[in-house]
Amino acid sequence: MTKAQSLWNQGVKIGAIGGVSVLIISLVGMVESFGKRDIIAGILPMGVAIALIISILAAYMAAKKTSIPEKSIQFANAVVSGFVISGFLAVFVMIGRSFNIREMFVGASPVLYNILTGGVAGAGGIFLLLLTGVLCGAFAGILHMLKDLPRKLMVNALLTIFILGLLQELILPILKAWDVGMINYLAGLFYTLNGLTPIGAILSVVIFCILYLLWNANQGAIKFKYASLPKEARKKSQVAALIVLAVILIVLPQFLGLFLSEVITIVGLYVLLGLGLNIVVGYAGLLDLGYVAFFAIGSYVVALLTSPQIFAFGLNFWQALPIAVICGILAGVMLGIPVLKMRGDYLAIATLGFGEIIRILVLSDFLRPWLGGAQGIGSIPNPNLFGFQMVKPQHIYYLLLAGIILVIFISLRLKKSKIGRAWMAMREDEDVAQAMGINLVATKLLAFATGAGFSALSGAIFASKIGSVYPHSFNVFISINVVCIVIIGGIGSLPGIVVGAAVLMGLPELLREFAEYRMFVYGVALVIVMLLRPEGLLPEARHKMEFHDETEAGAKTVA
Amino acid sequence: MFQKWKDRVTITDIVMWMIGGTLLLLCLWGSVSTIRAGLYTKSHWIDFLIFGLAQGSIYALIATGYTMVYGVLKMINFAHGEVFMSGPFTGYFVATAMWRSDFLDNHPIMAIITIFAVAMFVSTMIAFLVEKIAYRPLRGAPRLIPLITAIGASFFLQYLFKGLYGSGINAYPDIEILNGFWMIFGIRVLKIQVIVIIAAIVLMLVLYNFIMLTRVGKAIRAVSEDKEAAALMGINVDAMISTTFIIGGMAAGAAGVLYALMFKQVHFFMGFLPGLKAFTAAVLGGIGNIPGAMLGGIFLGLIESVAPALFLDGLGIIAPYQLKDAIAFTMLVMVLIFRPTGILGERLASKKA
Amino acid sequence: MILLSIQEMTKRFGGLVALNALNINVKEKSIHSIIGPNGAGKTTFFNCLTGFYRPEEGEVMFNGQSIVGLSPDRIVHKGISRTYQNIRLFPNLTALENVMVGYHVHLKSGFFGPILGLKKTRMEEEKATQIALDLLKYVNMEGREDTLAKNFPYGEQRRLEMARALASQPKLLLLDEPTAGMNPKETQDMMDFIQHMRGELGITIILIEHQMRVVMNISDIVTVFDYGKMIAEGLPEEIKNNKTVIEAYLGTGEAADSH
Ligand SMILES: Nc1ncnc2c1ncn2[C@@H]1O[C@H](COP(=O)(O)OP(=O)(O)OP(=O)(O)O)[C@@H](O)[C@H]1O
Ligand SMILES: [Mg+2]
Repeated sequence: MTKAQSLWNQGVKIGAIGGVSVLIISLVGMVESFGKRDIIAGILPMGVAIALIISILAAYMAAKKTSIPEKSIQFANAVVSGFVISGFLAVFVMIGRSFNIREMFVGASPVLYNILTGGVAGAGGIFLLLLTGVLCGAFAGILHMLKDLPRKLMVNALLTIFILGLLQELILPILKAWDVGMINYLAGLFYTLNGLTPIGAILSVVIFCILYLLWNANQGAIKFKYASLPKEARKKSQVAALIVLAVILIVLPQFLGLFLSEVITIVGLYVLLGLGLNIVVGYAGLLDLGYVAFFAIGSYVVALLTSPQIFAFGLNFWQALPIAVICGILAGVMLGIPVLKMRGDYLAIATLGFGEIIRILVLSDFLRPWLGGAQGIGSIPNPNLFGFQMVKPQHIYYLLLAGIILVIFISLRLKKSKIGRAWMAMREDEDVAQAMGINLVATKLLAFATGAGFSALSGAIFASKIGSVYPHSFNVFISINVVCIVIIGGIGSLPGIVVGAAVLMGLPELLREFAEYRMFVYGVALVIVMLLRPEGLLPEARHKMEFHDETEAGAKTVA
Repeated sequence: MFQKWKDRVTITDIVMWMIGGTLLLLCLWGSVSTIRAGLYTKSHWIDFLIFGLAQGSIYALIATGYTMVYGVLKMINFAHGEVFMSGPFTGYFVATAMWRSDFLDNHPIMAIITIFAVAMFVSTMIAFLVEKIAYRPLRGAPRLIPLITAIGASFFLQYLFKGLYGSGINAYPDIEILNGFWMIFGIRVLKIQVIVIIAAIVLMLVLYNFIMLTRVGKAIRAVSEDKEAAALMGINVDAMISTTFIIGGMAAGAAGVLYALMFKQVHFFMGFLPGLKAFTAAVLGGIGNIPGAMLGGIFLGLIESVAPALFLDGLGIIAPYQLKDAIAFTMLVMVLIFRPTGILGERLASKKA
Repeated sequence: MILLSIQEMTKRFGGLVALNALNINVKEKSIHSIIGPNGAGKTTFFNCLTGFYRPEEGEVMFNGQSIVGLSPDRIVHKGISRTYQNIRLFPNLTALENVMVGYHVHLKSGFFGPILGLKKTRMEEEKATQIALDLLKYVNMEGREDTLAKNFPYGEQRRLEMARALASQPKLLLLDEPTAGMNPKETQDMMDFIQHMRGELGITIILIEHQMRVVMNISDIVTVFDYGKMIAEGLPEEIKNNKTVIEAYLGTGEAADSH
């Protein structure tokens, strides 16, 4: 490949991809609306930071993908792609300023053009924009030339600033909650009400670098030490870690404000749902897209039994809970029977259909006298534990924690039993599993029922947490989200589910600016994670190694 | 004797037959009492039928995209509903621009052709890019993985278009020549519905003949049958898969414009439900089977439009139209139970040892 | 004593008659080989015996009971187990788990046993693990129990599949081309192993095999299929010299031999 070809193939083409990406996030309004908040106060708005990150990333890829080992060409490619990216934006700004494209693209506002051109009007602004692009490219080119350690240091340091700035709304309230002089002082040193202070940014980079270098120097030794411990000692340290984890989990809500506790209960609900679906999808391999149905059933049973509206049975939460779970299990069996013989995508679409049927029925005027129709059922009392009203999200947190621990315990025990093996065998090869004496009907129904029971449990807690249930809370997106959590986390892996729920459900709640772009980012994240880490974020240990070579070398089939 | 019986008939079979039988009886009873009660006149029924046909032929066009992609990749292209949305949503801006400049009123045919061209182009590009970016790198990965990227792509596209074009519901401009009625055999029918039906049927015929008769079509069918064998025969499998997405995208874009002309509105979420319905239609017809998808779509459209009145009204269910989606999905589940390969699907020889 | 008796078994695929009115008796503790050209219906025969397919006509008596039309899982309970022509392990389960799934039919524990950690369940589980480990040892795969099945080389996958089939402690074992794709040394080992199984475990074996050397060496009786029909049956010596058989194999016989 000649140099010119390489410039075209890597420099220009990758630059164009980067350019389109930045253009898209500008046009959908992310750059503008994130421009209102700063990563570093008064210096770097968040929207610009995101655009810069994408540009640098693209330019870096251009250098990395360069097929010629010459350093100068790699650097040139980075610069070229940086220039191409800014070229895209420059053309866009010029078009936007001369024609009215706002009719079509709602995000193409003068404010956006101002941000992109650094507030400088006319040709000067365009020049500034192009210069920034070239500088981004040059920066990426230099990054690419650096040795491993300094590069990692630099990238991670910059990311630290970005993340600290991004998570301000999470970190600042936690710091302030202590209300200790020292911490207040630190909080003031690092943060303004809008982003990091410049000093804070520099300090965090310094602190990060020191920590990173220390860790880097000792990491090998620590790992080695752990590995050389005798088995009992290792077991002990694991137990100790578990105890620490337990303590953290128990005291956690005390340090979280109302908002964060709320977020954590949402994550908890999804963890519970994910654990249940993991039995169905992860263990038994049955792709269930109607999983929300059981969540809805759990909620509605609790609502009907405890709320004074409609029937006024007058049960309390604890009496209703087991009934809700049993109803969920029964529903799991009932909806399981028709789909017993279906496989793969047919199963997915049939279960999706069930989920929708149930939602539509609940929503309908026809069943309204019994289920409340679109208005749902309100005034569901909070759970009451020995006379103690669980009203705050913190209290629900403990309820959820107990539920999650129970479900994890059951999942682990089942997995290592005859039933768990039968499920997994069925997932691997249904015909052979049957030929090994596994009764497919019973085994499948058991998976559906177990998963449904967990889902109903989650739904019951949900109903009493929210205090009212509406059919609109139970749409197909809940099912889809749960499937995504299970797979993004790493199919079959229990810690993966926690991580998946935290990343997919918790993070968007925290980044409130993202609220509007939540689904947008969510979609991109799903695609990217699956492309880069098809085994999930935190896969089951045994899959970690195999997954990659299976997909890359192509499934080696033995005739 | 009892042992013999117990070993051979499963309880689930009996339960399913009972459920099926009950539903059938309910439908019959509902129909009889609806017709007896004379709640609807003949012209009502004809309206239902024509509307159902129009709706169904749109489903059918979308469903061909699902079914063809399923054929070549064996995956649900969850983002197909968004492919359907992207075309007419973009076409909307072209349409309003032409409407403002009076071009739409002066040269309506040209204008409609332009709208179709733009919409089909956009949908096609989207379909092509989705395959290239989100699915191609995952060939050979376990099946759940492309499903997740498909869901991701679907969300991304929905909210991309929401971000680009705004979240409002946009009213398609009125096109004079599509308004009004025709009298066909003394029956008053809405022009637009007839046009939608005819346009959809013509497009489907073109598409079907393309797949059945041309070299490319044959290559696509070969890839659906067996990718490896097709590659050995010198067929460029990747190119054929791309072509499949392109054809599916064109059909979806055209369907989208028909939908927009019939319902007069576009918005970023408009692809979700028709997409789901079209997939249902593809499964009803036997997924992977193109005529099946067309038939399934029309069947679904008809059922949705006729069944609530016919089956449910007579049973004394109030507001039966709220339940039309539930009927569609119940139909789907019933078909999957009693004829798992769909209406036209040939028995896929299940791979045994 | 006759363990398995098949009468007039017929299986059709549309117009194709894959099995045509077969009558076969299999003696207890014998090694009964089935040979025939490609597409003769040998694998289909196995599929009909194990309940994968339901023959249109005929009767199958196993151990004095009719098993025709039973689902595959019921048939394993009666004591028939098999391996597959193209290995079908559970690829993402470990070797140990694969074998333990084979032992599934003998496990009694239910849903709550493992959750509550009942003593009975734990003992049963321990026993199952022990049996599975012993079987892995028996097929020379000691110490590899935690490796995923898909990561074994071909020959070991075959042995693992055999261990899994043995785990159900069958009376009758159906082996579909166990030596396919093996080199002479591996083939010899497999032959020894099959004879061992019959000798030590007292299992009756039906063997589908293409390599004539194997068939002639270890079979007690040989049945020959062609186009779904039984064209000959007898001692290996008789089959070797049977005219019809030679005709059926004519042209393909050499090829089959060199497999
Ligand atoms: N599921 C099926 N549907 C239709 N035809 C089938 C099916 N299974 C097998 N056949 C046909 O039945 C015939 C017998 O096949 P079978 O696999 O039993 O042969 P075989 O003797 O095992 O051959 P080989 O030595 O190649 O393994 C073949 O013509 C095959 O194509
Ligand atoms: Mg065979």
